[in-house]
Amino acid sequence: MSSYLPHTDAHRREMLDAIGVKSIEELFADIPEEVRFPELKLPKPLSEAEILRELREMSERNADLDHYACFLGAGAYNHFVPSVVGHVIGRSEFYTAYTPYQPEISQGTLQTIFEYQTMVCALTGMEVANASHYDGATALAEAALMAVRISREKRQKVIVSPAVHPEYRQTLRTYTRGTAIAVTGDEDLARELDDLKTMLDEDTACLIVQNPNFFGQLEEVDGLADAVHEAGALLIVAVDPISLGLFRPPGEYGADIVVGEGQSLGNAISFGGPYLGIFACLDKYKRRMPGRLVGETVDVEGRRGYVLTLTPREQHIRREKATSNICTNEALCALAAGAYLAAMGKTGLRKVAELCYHKAHYAAQRIAELPGFELVDDKPFFKEFVVRCPKPPAEINRQLLQQKIIGGYELGKAYPHLADCMLFCVTEMNTREEIDRLVEALQEVTP
Amino acid sequence: MTEPLVFELSSPGRVGVNLPECDVPEAELPKELLRDDLPLPEVSEVDLVRHYIHLSQLNWGVDVGFYPLGSCTMKYNPKVNEEAAKLPGFSRIHPYQDEETVQGALQLMYELQEFLKEISGFVGVSLQPAAGAHGEFAGILMMRAYHEERGDLKRTKVLIPDSAHGTNPASSAMSGYQVVEIKSDERGNVDLEELKAHCDETVVGLMLTNPSTLGLFEEHVLEVAEIIHDCGGLMFCDGANMNSLLGIAKPCEMGCDVMMFNLHKTFSTPHGGGGPGGGPVGASERLVKYLPGPIVVKEGDKYHLRMPEKSIGRVKSFYGNFAVCVKAYTYIRMLGAEGLRQVSEDAVLAANYILAKLKGVYPLPYDRICKHECVFSGRGIAEDIHTMDIVKRLMDYGFHPPTVYFPLIVPEAIMIEPTETESKERLDAFIEAMVQIAKEAKEQPDLLHEAPHTTPVRRLDEVRAARHPVLRWMPK
Repeated sequence: MSSYLPHTDAHRREMLDAIGVKSIEELFADIPEEVRFPELKLPKPLSEAEILRELREMSERNADLDHYACFLGAGAYNHFVPSVVGHVIGRSEFYTAYTPYQPEISQGTLQTIFEYQTMVCALTGMEVANASHYDGATALAEAALMAVRISREKRQKVIVSPAVHPEYRQTLRTYTRGTAIAVTGDEDLARELDDLKTMLDEDTACLIVQNPNFFGQLEEVDGLADAVHEAGALLIVAVDPISLGLFRPPGEYGADIVVGEGQSLGNAISFGGPYLGIFACLDKYKRRMPGRLVGETVDVEGRRGYVLTLTPREQHIRREKATSNICTNEALCALAAGAYLAAMGKTGLRKVAELCYHKAHYAAQRIAELPGFELVDDKPFFKEFVVRCPKPPAEINRQLLQQKIIGGYELGKAYPHLADCMLFCVTEMNTREEIDRLVEALQEVTP
Repeated sequence: MTEPLVFELSSPGRVGVNLPECDVPEAELPKELLRDDLPLPEVSEVDLVRHYIHLSQLNWGVDVGFYPLGSCTMKYNPKVNEEAAKLPGFSRIHPYQDEETVQGALQLMYELQEFLKEISGFVGVSLQPAAGAHGEFAGILMMRAYHEERGDLKRTKVLIPDSAHGTNPASSAMSGYQVVEIKSDERGNVDLEELKAHCDETVVGLMLTNPSTLGLFEEHVLEVAEIIHDCGGLMFCDGANMNSLLGIAKPCEMGCDVMMFNLHKTFSTPHGGGGPGGGPVGASERLVKYLPGPIVVKEGDKYHLRMPEKSIGRVKSFYGNFAVCVKAYTYIRMLGAEGLRQVSEDAVLAANYILAKLKGVYPLPYDRICKHECVFSGRGIAEDIHTMDIVKRLMDYGFHPPTVYFPLIVPEAIMIEPTETESKERLDAFIEAMVQIAKEAKEQPDLLHEAPHTTPVRRLDEVRAARHPVLRWMPK
């Protein structure tokens, strides 16, 4: 008997009797006989001790970031997760709950979402934030769909900077497959922001940039929103939320919708998921937003409480006319982000961002001093930077790995014109000793 | 019982975590790019912990008690799943690491793909989608890719039974298709005559939830699939209710071309207060090459990430909700084939037990053997009593309400999914509470109108929340 299944055979018998059937098979008599009760070929059941042993062995065949120095980022980041975060999301009153459709017994989830929404607004400089999307890529795709909706489907052109994460751009293209929307801007992967501005026209629904961009650089955003708005389009900015501990939020430079990957905010790197799609916008667009929203109200005794609100946007009410099909989101990841931001607070998040900035600049400077290596340009950057290498990046990475160092992202994978370049990421998790070890290793692997 | 907002606990100068000193020379910051203020709260660690503990105590979860939310499969979430996902070799690996350094993770994903194929009969599975609706969207895009590749461009209609989840029509609309609603017949099956009337060369396919949201198995499933395939359409199956089919029937053998799984429902990964979930898609021979990717393939004894031949592309970044996959994998390995079949048998047994016991107490619109859930109506129990009153009163008895007012084709619906993890004693207590409430509805209706009485807050003013939206905290 599995420990997950409480029925005894005696109870099963009593229940069958109450139903008025002789056997459990009778409950499946409505299934066509030719497909009923197929054999399942699965490994034999295990005890807890056995599965844990097996999983531990399997997991130890992976090179994890507790045992390797990591200089790889590119959309998934190795940031510190304070102990309190794990304890908060480990409360099973949170993680074994469903979507808070019954507010009287879901105030815990509802209030934490309301707090998360408030903190995302604070970070991004936006006025409304929703309860989450699957990840940064899908949040960005949904933002583009929303921009088209706001134009009442009159504008069907979406301009996306090639310096937006390659997988976000791919996801955007998948999301628009069944629509009339034309995604453009990144045909030439070397295109700069000024070139993108020239593409704005009366058919443009939005322009999408990432800041800091995929290469870690802070974009030249002054005047960008004016140009976009002059064309009657919306400005969508994808952010690294850690960078907003230090740098101007998109709300200050005229963004209409802000999206981002929230994994950095207290969520494990976990081989790519689950992550957290951040989504925020100006108040005037709130009824066109996808996703769940929590609002404040009072109960019959006048006590403050929280409920899901503006639900007529959502699929369970509006069905095919909904603003999105999203139902399950990333609530627990948003809870982690809320706890992370509350733990870091006003000064902590800034300090994390500063540590990233200083360490990345130290690493960049040291690497640039090595013969054969050079920084590709001199734009200001946050925690990632592009280095041109004297040997193929894949080869360098293989050799770094032997010294227990996970090197940078090989840019040739997504940007053929940067085949000799590597994108390094340095966070507060990298010590000076690790950075020095990287620099030494790079020196050794090159002639 | 309420808890202040975290912002109201804030005092300037407090910190919730200490960070290391900078151990490298400081670089110059670009002053013109810096922000002036960052209005985040400032709280100490102890206050932070208490804040969240207090909030958790205002919440209901499966670990607190019975949660018979129909169509959501709120089963017990085994603790070992959580331990498994936290192993550093799983939780501390980067998605762009060299494949050589993540063979353990790729093996787990590969084997989970294989398990899901075996359970469903499909020939290929992609773990990429992050949730059920996300998997639906991927599935419809795969159907689109299939028709487009055949040059069959006049297909614009997706047929959806009137009992379907709202995500089905929403996913179809996002994929650029029109939705045509198909009526259910008096037994809760798809009305075959109406289905045939809509089947022509403009049909993309049918989205069938089986068992349906009425908790009923589609008795003509093979015929339905034949009708759809005969007009050149495809069968999308919504796997939300897969909890009743493990080892009972394989969707692919019943004519499904594509289906999404809900790892957070059937495979207990858990729900997380609304997410994260996992929405892998499985595909038949016809559609397998269009699966979203990358997926994991095995060559020799090595595992690799590959894009399927004619993939619709990626539907998110990276490879799916990996930690959720670890939990689903653990769950399947713990139960094995017999255990999974026992899960479905016990889930169906429990639902039929509740159905048998409450029949005659509450109106039962479709009186036949059900699968994982049973659907009653709250209409006509007593004058001026609504389903909402009945289920709010359930909270006073210590139960989470069932799903209500859905499916839409049952007036005042009460949709009860007990799952396999509730003991007979617990089911009996729930049944007893439902019987008591039906009695109270006649004798003391105000008890129901004013319910709940014992919860941290009482009924909340949702109209006010929507009319004057307050969506974030603002300092006074």
